[in-house]
Amino acid sequence: MMQPEYKDYYTLLPLIILIVWACLLLLADLFIPKSRKSLTAFLSALGLAVTLGFTISQIGRESTGFNDMVVLDGFSTFVNVLLLVSGLLGIALAYGYVKRMGLERGEYYTLLLFSVSGMMLMAQADDLIIVFLALELLSIPLYVLAAFKRKQESEEAGIKYFLLGAFATGFVVYGTALVFGATGTTSLSGISAFVSNGTSSPSTGSGGTLLLTIGAALLLVGFGFKVAAVPFHMWTPDVYQGAPTAVTAFMSSGAKIAGFAALFRVFATAFPALSADMADVIWALAALTMIVGNVVAISQSNIKRMLAYSSIAHAGYILMAFVPYGNKDVMSISIAAGLFYLVAYVITNFGTWAVVIFLEKAEGKDLEISDYAGLAKKYPALAAAMAVFMLSFIGFPPTLGMVGKFYLFRAAIAGGYNGLAIIGVVTSLVSAYYYLRVVVNMYMREGDPTIEREPWLSFTTAITAIATVVLSFVPQWLFLLASTAVFRQF
Amino acid sequence: MEFLLQPLTLLTFFPLIGVLVILFMNSESKAAIRWVALVTSLITFAISLWVFAQFNSSNPDLQIEAKYPWIQVAGWNIYYYLAVDGLSILLVLLTAFLTPISILSTWTAIEDRVKDFMIFFLLLEVGMTGVFLAQDLFLFYIFWEFTLVPMYFLIGLWGGPRRVYAAIKFFLYTMAGSILMLVAILYLGVKTLTFNIPDMLAVLPGLYSSGEITSATQMLLFIAFAAAFAIKVPMWPLHSWLPDAHVEAPTAGSIILAGVLLKMGTYGFLRFNIQLFPEATVQAAPWIALLATIGIIYGAAVSYAQADVKKLVAYSSVSHLGFVMLGLFALNPEGVAGAILQMVNHGISTGALFLLIGMIYEQTHTRELKVYGGLWKIMPIFGTVMLISSLSSMGLPGLNGFVGEFTILLGAFGSKAIGSAWYAGISAIGVIMAAVYILYMFQKMFLGPLGEITHHHELKDLNWREIITVAPLLVFMFWIGLYPAPFFNILAPAVDKLLSVLVIP
Repeated sequence: MMQPEYKDYYTLLPLIILIVWACLLLLADLFIPKSRKSLTAFLSALGLAVTLGFTISQIGRESTGFNDMVVLDGFSTFVNVLLLVSGLLGIALAYGYVKRMGLERGEYYTLLLFSVSGMMLMAQADDLIIVFLALELLSIPLYVLAAFKRKQESEEAGIKYFLLGAFATGFVVYGTALVFGATGTTSLSGISAFVSNGTSSPSTGSGGTLLLTIGAALLLVGFGFKVAAVPFHMWTPDVYQGAPTAVTAFMSSGAKIAGFAALFRVFATAFPALSADMADVIWALAALTMIVGNVVAISQSNIKRMLAYSSIAHAGYILMAFVPYGNKDVMSISIAAGLFYLVAYVITNFGTWAVVIFLEKAEGKDLEISDYAGLAKKYPALAAAMAVFMLSFIGFPPTLGMVGKFYLFRAAIAGGYNGLAIIGVVTSLVSAYYYLRVVVNMYMREGDPTIEREPWLSFTTAITAIATVVLSFVPQWLFLLASTAVFRQF
Repeated sequence: MEFLLQPLTLLTFFPLIGVLVILFMNSESKAAIRWVALVTSLITFAISLWVFAQFNSSNPDLQIEAKYPWIQVAGWNIYYYLAVDGLSILLVLLTAFLTPISILSTWTAIEDRVKDFMIFFLLLEVGMTGVFLAQDLFLFYIFWEFTLVPMYFLIGLWGGPRRVYAAIKFFLYTMAGSILMLVAILYLGVKTLTFNIPDMLAVLPGLYSSGEITSATQMLLFIAFAAAFAIKVPMWPLHSWLPDAHVEAPTAGSIILAGVLLKMGTYGFLRFNIQLFPEATVQAAPWIALLATIGIIYGAAVSYAQADVKKLVAYSSVSHLGFVMLGLFALNPEGVAGAILQMVNHGISTGALFLLIGMIYEQTHTRELKVYGGLWKIMPIFGTVMLISSLSSMGLPGLNGFVGEFTILLGAFGSKAIGSAWYAGISAIGVIMAAVYILYMFQKMFLGPLGEITHHHELKDLNWREIITVAPLLVFMFWIGLYPAPFFNILAPAVDKLLSVLVIP
């Protein structure tokens, strides 16, 4: 056994900092009096900011560590930055919300840090064992956070998320075992090398190939749970609705980023040879996800449930671009498009949830879409921001969501999947109906909504709304970053 | 930042300066907001004239370009590219010309949320101008979709009783068309590795002749683009959003909707379908002509049956735009030039009709034909203006409508692409039908004994503001009607160039 070297630590440097910080904060929190828990929030945010600094310093670097079990490359750095920003926004949203709802405990923030660590590990995992480890590290804090309210619906959400999440993890473990059985390795590059060496060529259809294919399919199921793809989406509406809203905001962004990061890396690195079989499966998943997510969202009257189905639908759009992943010319476009859209989605998503938190009252009041009636007259800026987010979700200019969808659809068409792109645009049209209903309520119906004013919430709403609009005019650098966020070549 | 000073950038984005100013104004100071909006739109109009002064009408190519690389990731080649040529210059001028008139028409009609109204209206102007100027498909698509947003709010916030329904219907209907266009745009982008239209036009013939894009695919792409534009025009049978949107929209919204937004559809056919898909265009021409002819007759017939005067004018648009489509797909210089001129004519005449109907509605709050009657006796100026506008709309010789329709029919009769004179022959009946419904409307409202509405209202004739608002439109009705040559001269070189690439068997 080799001793770990500097290179190993450097590969995981931001992650190590964050985990150590989280552990120390967990201890330090014991000595922070109950009335001063905002200090924990600031310290957690500081931890994320420091980690973000280190992550940014690694832009352009590539290395591997710990016997090639983890990797640092353009892809992982891009995803890590996005995850850390999500963590920061998650804390900004939670800061006033937990106070107002009587949930303010220091553990909230440390759990969030642990979850972010798990997500970052997911982005850097280059071995199926690490994928499993990361999946657990990111999920377990989320289960606790979902049940944080200790009210019936919140506990129900936590248990439901835990049971189905554990089930999904089981799929990942079983898939890993089968892949190991077929190839004798859990390393992603090892699997790919094994397959391309022809020891078990997919075309011959030997028993090993069958194992490998089943293993890959089980992994797909596991990741499908995490990103909430149909038909593995059943938990999403209940968990999103029951969990504290600030947790939902973080979960719907972070877990999705991490799930897609794992999906992209595992499939593009380890299983490109299986793409002939897998592309059809992912095609069907993407189509189903877009259709079911958008169609069911129409009938929702609760905004949290509506956004839950909308988050399912957006997972479908990202999956759509990933279908041609086996095509060497298109693969990098697919992944760049997915990453670009994740950025657009995360920004819009946090903004939307911020507006939801603005209106939400204790006991889950004011969460119906009809409660938004009259918002534009009373709070024009807030309503304008929400309108921007809804347009971005639909994919309308001038918003980042539009540029993102343009990118995704282009990837699908470049891969030759014109039919899937047509399903995508038609379901976008369907989505316009339910997103516009929020706009209709805000602008065209009379009502008297009240909001809870809170500086960090205003800040988050403002910054995400501005980013959604401004980035749509200057998306060049984001395009460049996304297209250079590639996997390490080996 | 040098690109900000390009004439076309200024023209497109100048209204944003007004938006910014209004954004920081107190929403209670309504008069000041109106003035800022009006002055902004007048300056924009002045900029459009300045652009026109630089425009060289003997040059058939794109000119006054503003072209900067925008998104240059491998295989994308998206440019910020605005330019104008003979096909679009008149529509750009029309947009800049109708906007201040529309804003003037709201002076007393819009009292609620004036600030928001003016912001949306100026944003709409940005989008419309951008649609006519963009020479990059990505940029075009952004402007095209963007126009929906302010219009959606204009209908939904300041419209009539069923405004929410009409606004959503308008939004979803139009979006339904443009999403198919989006797929086609991306397909072209993937095949040609650029979104810049001139570059694309340079590459496409090679792709067509090599079979990289087959004739069948070309036809599908044509249909995808046509879906977006046909809904916007609107062509029969995709017109059903139009009456709802028009009836519910506030007056200024109707003027812009009829005057400019519908032209975006016909302009789209002209700029994109005909240029990008020449082979499919020739194949589709008889079919489009068929739909256009049905639209002409259908629109006219349904118009006659309306009890609501605004609905009557709305359906007449279906009929008039049918003529424009017929002229475009005649694919000969007379037809296309007539169609472009008729786009402008329709904007002026129908814009005037909506404006005038809005003026009387403001006093009476009803548009039911049956309650009116004998208005000419109490409102002589209004009656005269209405008569001129009506005659212009129905195509009386000496007024603008005649010039457009006559040229279109001339083109359609002799069109090899359409292949049969029957379409033109049947369409000519539409001209007669127009006389029927327009004169029917005029007679019901202005002639005969006083209607019951006069018992309830003290009707006042047009005031100075209203006369100033409508006067410029009347000037153009006579100008184009009596001396259309300068307008045709602007169009001719670009039209010839457009048609030169078509191979008509």
